[in-house]
Amino acid sequence: MAYYPGCTLKTTAKNFDASTVAAARALDVDLVELPRWNCCGTVHALARDDVMHYLAPIRNLIRVEQMHEEGVVGEKKVVTQCAMCFNTLKRANLAANEDGEKMGKIRDIMEKEPEYSGSVEVVHFLEVLQREGWDRVRQRVVRPLDGLKVVPYYGCLLLRPRGYGIDDADNPRIFEDLLEALGAEVLDIPYKTKCCGAYQTVHMKEVTAEVSHRILEQASEAGADFVATACPLCQFNLGDRQKEMARLFPGFENIPVVYYTQLMALAFDLEEEAIAVDQNYPDPRPLLGERGLI
Amino acid sequence: MSTGKSRLFYTFGPENASFKARVEELSGENIDLCFQCGACSSGCPLAQEMDLLPSKVIRYAQLGIEEVLDSKTIWVCSTCFNCEVRCPRGIDIANVMEALRQMVLRKKYDRVRLDKLTPEQLRELPQVAIISNQRKLSA
Repeated sequence: MAYYPGCTLKTTAKNFDASTVAAARALDVDLVELPRWNCCGTVHALARDDVMHYLAPIRNLIRVEQMHEEGVVGEKKVVTQCAMCFNTLKRANLAANEDGEKMGKIRDIMEKEPEYSGSVEVVHFLEVLQREGWDRVRQRVVRPLDGLKVVPYYGCLLLRPRGYGIDDADNPRIFEDLLEALGAEVLDIPYKTKCCGAYQTVHMKEVTAEVSHRILEQASEAGADFVATACPLCQFNLGDRQKEMARLFPGFENIPVVYYTQLMALAFDLEEEAIAVDQNYPDPRPLLGERGLI
Repeated sequence: MSTGKSRLFYTFGPENASFKARVEELSGENIDLCFQCGACSSGCPLAQEMDLLPSKVIRYAQLGIEEVLDSKTIWVCSTCFNCEVRCPRGIDIANVMEALRQMVLRKKYDRVRLDKLTPEQLRELPQVAIISNQRKLSA
């Protein structure tokens, strides 16, 4: 199926991209990257009169329809990983189907593009795994993450707004189900769906570090070895911002944060380039070495 | 902020009505549904950084008080939609915050300027952070 990686998976989150592609291949899920994809816009246009910001996501959806027409992919479906891309593409897609007037305007502006019919389905990779079945994931595991205590961190846009998420906004299970299939011990924390501070990390670094610190504090108290994420912005705020937390909170101890696909690559015993933990901050390798996982 | 003053009497004038109508038009939300239960404010992860709690922002908007645009709150909101999920009246508060931000941004105001970010910040920050930040906080 068509795969939309988005900008960050090609730069600061290459480890997310590499582990996704490798984990999919291991499960015989065929991901074909969109040709000439462009930025999704990162955030959905919430103002009612905003038309301009639909162009970027809709253009990507047109590419998916073209891929399908050309027979490159069998289904009119696009899979994403970044929670921001997922939300933006999905919401633009639904608006295209519901708001005829807006779509008319978009068509007029994008006269050089073929018309978008609205028939593409936008899914997150976790949903693809769920549909493949947790048993299939379990069967592929060669090195179960036995005894590894992992906190699944959903963040915002995988679950919200209500009706646009991949699972129930209040009581999600999908992330837990995957981690359990990998053999990990799943720990629950109250803040697993609380915001990490998101894009405020640009100009409100300390505040974001504080907000993310509260999430990590709960993970530490629960006794977690790892926090697993599904979004490059969550990963940055919970992971890289630990440099800031160490400065702000005396006695703060680093806790490794990894993408869930990296845990899949580990459990599937894939090659080192697929696990790519050398790009994570804090470095998870000492702990993984200690547990005999690398 | 001048909006913090308590007023014994309040007159809802034509200018208030037009401000309120503009907020509703831009957000697509019926803000009169709010009955000030405070669920949005209690669940907001960034409330401690705000000068007006989200529920108060809605109250100001209901009353059509334009000074709400001077509030720090609309720039602190990270659009995480926690309030949207919690609101028992079905208001998408994040949409209202967006409408208020847009009313300011459309006067060519930049809360965050890309050219003010240091080379170190540009190197360190993931694109998704910079682009979404610019989308939300610059004209």
